[in-house]
Amino acid sequence: MTARARRKNLAVLGAVSVALVAVPAVLIRFGIIDAYTAQILTVAGINAILALSVNIISGITGQLSLGQAGFMAIGAYSCIFLTQSVGLPLPVSVVAGGLVSAFAGFLTGFPTLKLTGDYLAIVTLGFGEIIRVVLVNLKSVTGGPNGKQFTTALTAYADLAWVVVIGSLVAVVALLQNFLRSTYGRAILAVREDEIAAASSGVDVFRYKMAGFVVAAFTAGIGGALYAPFIGFVKPDISSFNRSVDYLIYVVLGGMGSVTGSVLAAFVLTYLQEFLRFLSEFRLLFYPVILILVMLFRPQGLLGTREFSFTALAARLARARGNGRARDAGEGR
Amino acid sequence: MGDFWGMFLQQLINGLSLGSIYALIALGYTMVYGIVMLINFAHGDVLMVGAYAGFFVLSALGASPLALALACACAMVVCAAMGMTIERLAYRPLRAAPRLNSLITAIAVSLILQNGARILPFVGPNPRQYPTMPTVMVPFGSFSVSNVQLVVILVSLALMAALTYVINWTRVGKAMRAVSYDLRAASLMGVSVNRVISFTFALGSVLAAAGGILFATAYPQIDPTMGAMPGLKAFVAAVLGGIGSVPGAMLGGYILGVAETMTKGFISSQFSDAISFAILILILLVKPTGIMGTKARVKV
Repeated sequence: MTARARRKNLAVLGAVSVALVAVPAVLIRFGIIDAYTAQILTVAGINAILALSVNIISGITGQLSLGQAGFMAIGAYSCIFLTQSVGLPLPVSVVAGGLVSAFAGFLTGFPTLKLTGDYLAIVTLGFGEIIRVVLVNLKSVTGGPNGKQFTTALTAYADLAWVVVIGSLVAVVALLQNFLRSTYGRAILAVREDEIAAASSGVDVFRYKMAGFVVAAFTAGIGGALYAPFIGFVKPDISSFNRSVDYLIYVVLGGMGSVTGSVLAAFVLTYLQEFLRFLSEFRLLFYPVILILVMLFRPQGLLGTREFSFTALAARLARARGNGRARDAGEGR
Repeated sequence: MGDFWGMFLQQLINGLSLGSIYALIALGYTMVYGIVMLINFAHGDVLMVGAYAGFFVLSALGASPLALALACACAMVVCAAMGMTIERLAYRPLRAAPRLNSLITAIAVSLILQNGARILPFVGPNPRQYPTMPTVMVPFGSFSVSNVQLVVILVSLALMAALTYVINWTRVGKAMRAVSYDLRAASLMGVSVNRVISFTFALGSVLAAAGGILFATAYPQIDPTMGAMPGLKAFVAAVLGGIGSVPGAMLGGYILGVAETMTKGFISSQFSDAISFAILILILLVKPTGIMGTKARVKV
């Protein structure tokens, strides 16, 4: 790719990202998007960050995590603790929450990533439960089963929350895409495709699985650390198995390994869940039935491992303008 | 000192009673895993279905030993049919698919059973009181055993003995062992693999049904998510004993039950849920194949 084409791609991506962050924020500010919808969309943004974190483990590293909500809880509670008790400014404690969660990921990954098979799924599942029990019992720090109040500027201003959450989502997507194209990312993909072949080509399987796992834990921690100040309240239930399964569902439906697929699925399904409220209890059957149908008839998920790309879309639009003039049209704008 | 030993023995009895329920459930996990290499996440919810089936029989007949036996039989039939249906509709089409897919399907089946029970008008989301016989304590010096605990321990032992007989001394048991050892070779030798797998699911579900009724009798409150926790813990028991190993699952169940009640009695009842998962992580660190598991060699 020439330097010029790369600049052009970067410009397209940059413009799209800025528009995604800014336009809805303005619409929320002036009440064109009402507060209820804004809340759902921002939650969807957080869900997308969590879905990406599950995707790093399940889609990209090829393991199964059933305890991602545990890392989310660690991020959320660390963020609250660091802000309220240590007195760090919120942005610092959000990042620190991610780091604490990454460290927890390192500790959990250590005994399990050397094993093959479904052990990681079981251990992460147990991990989420342990975190929940610990959060319930460490009353002095976590507030016990009643949870912890955490009102911040993000709780009060919907437009600010949108900018912060979607801004973080865009940053996570950008970093993740770069990570996937780095030596680390390539090695991790090699491990996913064939562990034995990767090992015999000199890839340190354990190390790269660990890298993927820690990055995923960090992402989940960031998601949790954004969730707490936005919702303004956390309970130990945040670490429940069902929540982890929800995120897994986003990833599976979006297509395991597809970054854009997870993000799209998180937004669509979060919105759909609100939209389907009129079905009341029957709504609960909707997800699992779809999940089984997808597994039976489209096991790779809706997008598979493909990515939805704005630069490819822009290039296609440009081509559609006419055969010979395609490049000129592309540069003209 | 005598006080300590009295409490210790009391917790040991409680643990054996809880552990035998875990063992019954764990057997279902381990048999299915041994044959199709699938963590059947829906197993805990089959237990819930069994408990509810028993609930309807017991509410109709009143709690008496005869009614309990009838409820068990009824729940076993329902659960066996359910286990075979789940296998046929959800797992069999995915048998050749990647493991991750069947695992996710198993989670989905579990959610369907839980949420399906919530929206069924005659089950509903609210917890219900389980009809049980009045508790009679039988004193044994410094500790006592309740009639419920005796029933739980004895029924589980009988069922496990029956299972051991089926697996080791019958034709279909031999077929099960063959399929578990090598599915393709067994099918080449004329074993009807589909039928054996179906039978395994039925057998596991029968044990889950019994486990569900015993669990509900010992902790007399049921709701649609009641299967999740005992299911998870029984799974830990299966891993602890060595997943795929039938005696291992029994041993793991007892160890886990005792560990949990000891935690409850001597440390804190709050942490009893966490202790089983801590044991899980510990066993994976020290001996990932479990106590009685065998190491599978991977050939390139």
